[in-house]
Amino acid sequence: MKGKIKLLWTIFFTFLKISPVTFGGGYAMLSLIENEVVKKHNWIEEKELSDIFAISQSIPGAVAINSAIFVGHRVANLKGSLAALTGITFPTLIIVVGVSHAYSYIQDNRIVNAALLGIGASVIALILHAAYTVGRTAIHDRTTLIIGILSLAGLLFFQFNPIWVIVGGFIAGISICKLKVFKKERFSHSS
Amino acid sequence: MIYLQLFWSFFLIGCFSFGGGYAMLPLIDRQITNYGWMTTKDFTDVIALSGMLPGSIGINAATFIGYKTAGLLGALIASISMVLPPLLLIILIGKWFKRFQESPTTIQAFYGIKPAIVGLIIYSAIKFALSIEMITSISWASTGLLFIFLFTLLALHYRKVSPIITILISALAGIIFYY
Repeated sequence: MKGKIKLLWTIFFTFLKISPVTFGGGYAMLSLIENEVVKKHNWIEEKELSDIFAISQSIPGAVAINSAIFVGHRVANLKGSLAALTGITFPTLIIVVGVSHAYSYIQDNRIVNAALLGIGASVIALILHAAYTVGRTAIHDRTTLIIGILSLAGLLFFQFNPIWVIVGGFIAGISICKLKVFKKERFSHSS
Repeated sequence: MIYLQLFWSFFLIGCFSFGGGYAMLPLIDRQITNYGWMTTKDFTDVIALSGMLPGSIGINAATFIGYKTAGLLGALIASISMVLPPLLLIILIGKWFKRFQESPTTIQAFYGIKPAIVGLIIYSAIKFALSIEMITSISWASTGLLFIFLFTLLALHYRKVSPIITILISALAGIIFYY
């Protein structure tokens, strides 16, 4: 029992340490997680962790947080996953609440507004760069290019609800692939 | 009941937040506009602040909005309800994910979801660029923003500069240009 509680604390602190040092999105966290989980604590083998990373990207949510939940669950079930989740979100939560509170006092300050404007421009670059990174693997033929363009156009010009864009992509992906398989089969039968 | 609204909105966002933080921003934006929680100017600042701080930009933004609308409890509710969907998924069906992930239907679904996410992320960049007036007017102010934007993009792409460095530099550039 004592060992179990100690393990939970270790999981909590492991992810607590990783959390506040990662800027610029989840992918930066992954190598830190690997270092702690595989090399330092030997909780999981490298192969399994790369599976966890892959799955964490394909379910909703932030990839680093999903990975933390997965690792916690793998090491110590439900309690482990909660310990990991709390560890990885707690420091940033405190930081964000702190900044949020401070911001309400300084939001009319000219220096703060000037700095935020500059940061805004570079965040746009970060977002576009992320689009490029995802796009490189996501858009690789004419069909995926069309799905991408239609989604963007629907959002920009017709105020589509983003949720429906994702649902639309889901339906399009399955139906187009099934149609392609169906066509191929029919073609190979007739020839 | 603001707490329930926060819970439901961010739970819903959590369910559909495929493709990382930047793809979540349009979903969050949509909820804010629906409920009138924030002005566009405030949300613009929230995105800049969330991108500047460590952690996932989507969850940071959720925490900001929760705090702004309903204090500390609001911040907690917003961020917890956003991570609840993946948490439940992993706890309940985590064991079967590997098989699920390799099934042809999943692969086909992601064949369509991924390009839709690219559309969402580009939209999120365009919308944000519009709201800070980077691309709508031709003026000294917008030229400065374009300059910072291009500088960051090149630094990220060709020099693999860490995002925190580009954010610090752009904050400084912002102060020099606009103060």
